Amino acid sequence: MTEKLKQILIFIAAGFKKLVLRFKKRKPMKEIMMIYYMEGKSARVAGKKVAWITSGGPVEPLIAMDVIPIYPENHGAMIGASKMGVALCEKAEEMGYSRDLCSYARADIACAVVNGGPIGGLPRPDMLVCCNNICGTVLKWYEVQARRFNVPLFIFDTPFCHTEYSEEAKKYVRSQIDEYMVFLEKACGRKFDSGRMENIWRWSIEGQKLWQAVLDTAASRPAPISAFDAFYHLALIVSLRGRRDVLDYYSDLLARMKDRVTRGIGAVPGEKYRLLWDNLPIWYRVRWLSQRFASHGACLVADTYTSAWCGSLKYVDLSRPFFDSMAEAYTRIYLNVGIDEMARTVIEMIDKYGVDGFVMHSNRSCKPYSLGQYDIQRIVERERGIPCLMLEADMVDERNFSESQVATRIDAFMEIIKQNKK
Amino acid sequence: MRTAGIDIGSITAKAAVMEDGMILGSRIIFTGYNTDLAGRKVFEELIKELGIETASIGKIVSTGYGRSSVKFARKTATEIICHAAGALLLDSRVKTVIDIGGQDSKAISVDGTGKVKNFVMNDKCAAGTGRFLEVMARALGSDLDEFGSLSLKADRPSRISSLCTVFAESEVISLISKGETRENIIAGIHESIAARVSAMAARIGIVSPVMLTGGVARNIGVVKALEAKLGIPLIVSQYAQVMGAIGAAVIASRAV
Ligand code: SF4
Repeated sequence: MTEKLKQILIFIAAGFKKLVLRFKKRKPMKEIMMIYYMEGKSARVAGKKVAWITSGGPVEPLIAMDVIPIYPENHGAMIGASKMGVALCEKAEEMGYSRDLCSYARADIACAVVNGGPIGGLPRPDMLVCCNNICGTVLKWYEVQARRFNVPLFIFDTPFCHTEYSEEAKKYVRSQIDEYMVFLEKACGRKFDSGRMENIWRWSIEGQKLWQAVLDTAASRPAPISAFDAFYHLALIVSLRGRRDVLDYYSDLLARMKDRVTRGIGAVPGEKYRLLWDNLPIWYRVRWLSQRFASHGACLVADTYTSAWCGSLKYVDLSRPFFDSMAEAYTRIYLNVGIDEMARTVIEMIDKYGVDGFVMHSNRSCKPYSLGQYDIQRIVERERGIPCLMLEADMVDERNFSESQVATRIDAFMEIIKQNKK
Repeated sequence: MRTAGIDIGSITAKAAVMEDGMILGSRIIFTGYNTDLAGRKVFEELIKELGIETASIGKIVSTGYGRSSVKFARKTATEIICHAAGALLLDSRVKTVIDIGGQDSKAISVDGTGKVKNFVMNDKCAAGTGRFLEVMARALGSDLDEFGSLSLKADRPSRISSLCTVFAESEVISLISKGETRENIIAGIHESIAARVSAMAARIGIVSPVMLTGGVARNIGVVKALEAKLGIPLIVSQYAQVMGAIGAAVIASRAV
């Protein structure tokens, strides 16, 4: 791309941003995300740096350093939702990657080579930040990309918390935050501003609380928002937490949901059954699934996935030094704890949202999320006696989805729920 | 009241007619590529065979993978609920139903009141289904109908370890070239199906009495292998293959 073209692009982006700001107080999701990606793409000319970061990674320090965080996993979701996953996965397989590798990783690795996908590839990174609190796959994935782009990689290693956050773990993780600061200072060539960081951390927590409040509205009957809606609204808390405009977006969303609650408007008209979803969405089939469930009068009122971006709030204490809270909150996320702990979270959600059945997506891509599902199912059946459904698929790679098989399982599951509620 | 059930499976289409809890008759044809036509055809043929009028049938329920293409049915129900309903009609003591059909196998647990408690189905794989047997019959150049009796003559069943149908087929081919007897290979195939299905069924917990349904239940070799694997006897009805259609007719009789 020539310099000129880049300038024009920034100009358009800036103009568009102003225009949007002027005419609408609340920016719709699509526009916020579009501006965000445009800013990322024009970062270099604007003299800003871009960091790629894992979805569960500590992003706030990046924002404090004015680095634009980019999430390959969010991009993976976009690729899945636009049904471009299979071609990219196949490309990665041609490059020699195994079909068993996570489809986000495959799609991203292929995309970096062909600049494909819905937005023509991600903005080039200046650095990579990889936090393994979600899985081990990201380590190798980010190493591949660090080699490819020849940029520094920071690995934030969060030990697995089977039951507790030990003193050793605490020290270990906390010390890495200091290393992270040093890494960022070096990569950005300037000092870290702790004062600014503190504000951003507060906004991040504020954003997570608002997001939790939005999800909480689904405890009402009928639920004003479904998990399928949450999959959509999630993008900001993943990608932009720590930024202030996120607060506006979620405050507004919360107000609208509360209004729906007062007026008794449900996400699924005539809601009769309430279900809980587990694991990542099946991005290329979100609408189909939501319609299939809705045709039975069933609403997926909550899920373990979107709530993972506010699930660590219980470990945050704003009176504690924020780096300590941050270390703990990022270590004890849903995927980094033992099965019993996960089952406990699931059961809490079943009670909170008044759930009649539990739908689990056994996701071929995401091993840490899918491993242990049978145990969780057994625990849920024993503790709450509600039926559980296992759907085998993949979040991005459509080759692992069979419509008629999934349809039959859903229909049979709903028959059981209907018969139970009679 | 007279009711009918139509079960459109991946390989065969089945119909059954019931009256006041009694089975009047049933019929099986190949599904072919036109599921809509198969549904009409199997139903009309059965009506003709029974010498009754279409108008005398009060309600019709369809099931199976092609259930939504049966336009003349009053409603649809899944195979899970139908197999359970059919099995309970024939034997009200049944607590677990294992169905091995053409393209999937499932295990269903029912409670004392006839409600389905839980079910599991095989994942996206033909192993442990009728299709698996068909592929093997082709590899062995023998007729599927002889599989059962042949396997009973085995003296040392072969070990088929691959879970994948395609790999299992090449295992079978290499056994053939090693000169293994057809009887032993077939018995090995049955054991491999039994292992798959019992592992799947274990996930919902197997409670006796257990009824085996689906087309594969006609194969005595699979029945014996599965009984050995589970360590309990299986109930196999003469209506095993049309159990889904019978269950659909039962559900039709309950429909309002
Ligand atoms: S394996 Fe799971 S947690 Fe890891 S990147 Fe893939 S989807 Fe995310």
